[in-house]
Amino acid sequence: MTVNGEEVTREIEGRLLLIHFLRDHLGLTGTHWGCDTSNCGTCVVWLDGEPVKSCTVLAAMAGGHEVRTVEDLEQDGKLDPVQQGFMECHGLQCGFCTPGMMMTARALLDRNPDPSAQEIREAISGQICRCTGYATIVRSVQWAAAHEAGSRTDETDSPETVATGTAS
Amino acid sequence: MQVPAPLEYERATSVDHALGLLERLGSSARLLAGGHSLLPMMKLRLANPEYLIDINDLHGELGYIRMEPAQIRIGAMTRHRELLESDALAEAFPIFRDAERVIADPVVRNRGTLGGSLCQADPSEDLSAVCTTLGASCVIRNRTGERVVTMEEFHRGPYETAVEDGEMLVEIRIPVRGGGSSAYEKVERRAGDWAIVSAGAAVWLDGEVIADARVGLAAVGPNTTGLPAVSEALRGKRPSEDLYERAGALAAENCNPATDMRGSADYKRHLAKELTRRALRRSVARINEGV
Repeated sequence: MTVNGEEVTREIEGRLLLIHFLRDHLGLTGTHWGCDTSNCGTCVVWLDGEPVKSCTVLAAMAGGHEVRTVEDLEQDGKLDPVQQGFMECHGLQCGFCTPGMMMTARALLDRNPDPSAQEIREAISGQICRCTGYATIVRSVQWAAAHEAGSRTDETDSPETVATGTAS
Repeated sequence: MQVPAPLEYERATSVDHALGLLERLGSSARLLAGGHSLLPMMKLRLANPEYLIDINDLHGELGYIRMEPAQIRIGAMTRHRELLESDALAEAFPIFRDAERVIADPVVRNRGTLGGSLCQADPSEDLSAVCTTLGASCVIRNRTGERVVTMEEFHRGPYETAVEDGEMLVEIRIPVRGGGSSAYEKVERRAGDWAIVSAGAAVWLDGEVIADARVGLAAVGPNTTGLPAVSEALRGKRPSEDLYERAGALAAENCNPATDMRGSADYKRHLAKELTRRALRRSVARINEGV
């Protein structure tokens, strides 16, 4: 599979979950391992551009596909606006939910550069912040939305939006 | 740490390839679609297949929503998010968007599929209730051909379907008629949870009278439950609050909920009554609003 743009090849057990592959085999411990039951969302990474809960995906299922983790948000020494937003607006307290929150936020802003607070809350509704810092997380994402004009060039819709073969 | 038991992983590259693998591996194999029902069950050892056949590469072949004049055909690998976002589907059957909004959460909806939801055969499952409400049929394929079964035939009991060894669910077909609308009402303990009870309704009007109506309930019996008695009571009548009340009472009489951690049987019966009323009311309101 490709992880953060780099091709990786490993022999693995069929039952190995993607979260453990990333953390234990590749040393990418930015992605956190939380509830194990696809409830908490701290393990969210991208699979082919879509946020997924990596505790509920087998590593083998990602074979041949593209995985992106929180480590890839920073590009060329420059933090992603989402990361800057979380710093500016105190979007993290204990920091445990933060990697998943930021990966979902990044995907949301790629599809919808100017989301409402309600849309942000919906996007992160499958993720739990046990510090209950949701208000500052929403503000952090809004900060990112307001500060990334001109900093990115890929504001077109993600290709997945046309993946369904809808014909009428 | 919750992980599945040791397993052999296979990946199918086409429906034919998947059917070949299923035929060869028999009952030791399960298909792996979105994985958001099967993998949690495997972590808990409620399911222990020796082989998993990953069919996510079949999304190109089985991920579609095709609007035809007399029916809508939906591929089994169509993901929740695609069902939620399809305007064409929401226009024909708003019940789909109602239900998708309350299934799990957006990240889970990126993976879970219609076929996987139906094959899980959980009596609380929302899309099973939707398909029961709409009188959907299921297309099951094997190496020699296809057969089409009703939802009642498809779900044989909790977690048990008509899909035999060497077969797979490939498509769901929903009959289309004019002059109707639909709605879904669910009560759950917390956002994104399984239903305590939910009710789907679909109503078709002919002028000012109900030409046909269907109600389906989740979590009140061994399978999602169609209610022919309610349909009979509604046909030929003018929509009114009294009528919805009577339909709700019939729904409560004709279901069989069990007391469990989600609520008592009495409470579930109350919900069956109230949610049936609400779903019928909203379906008729949508017809009148032209939604």
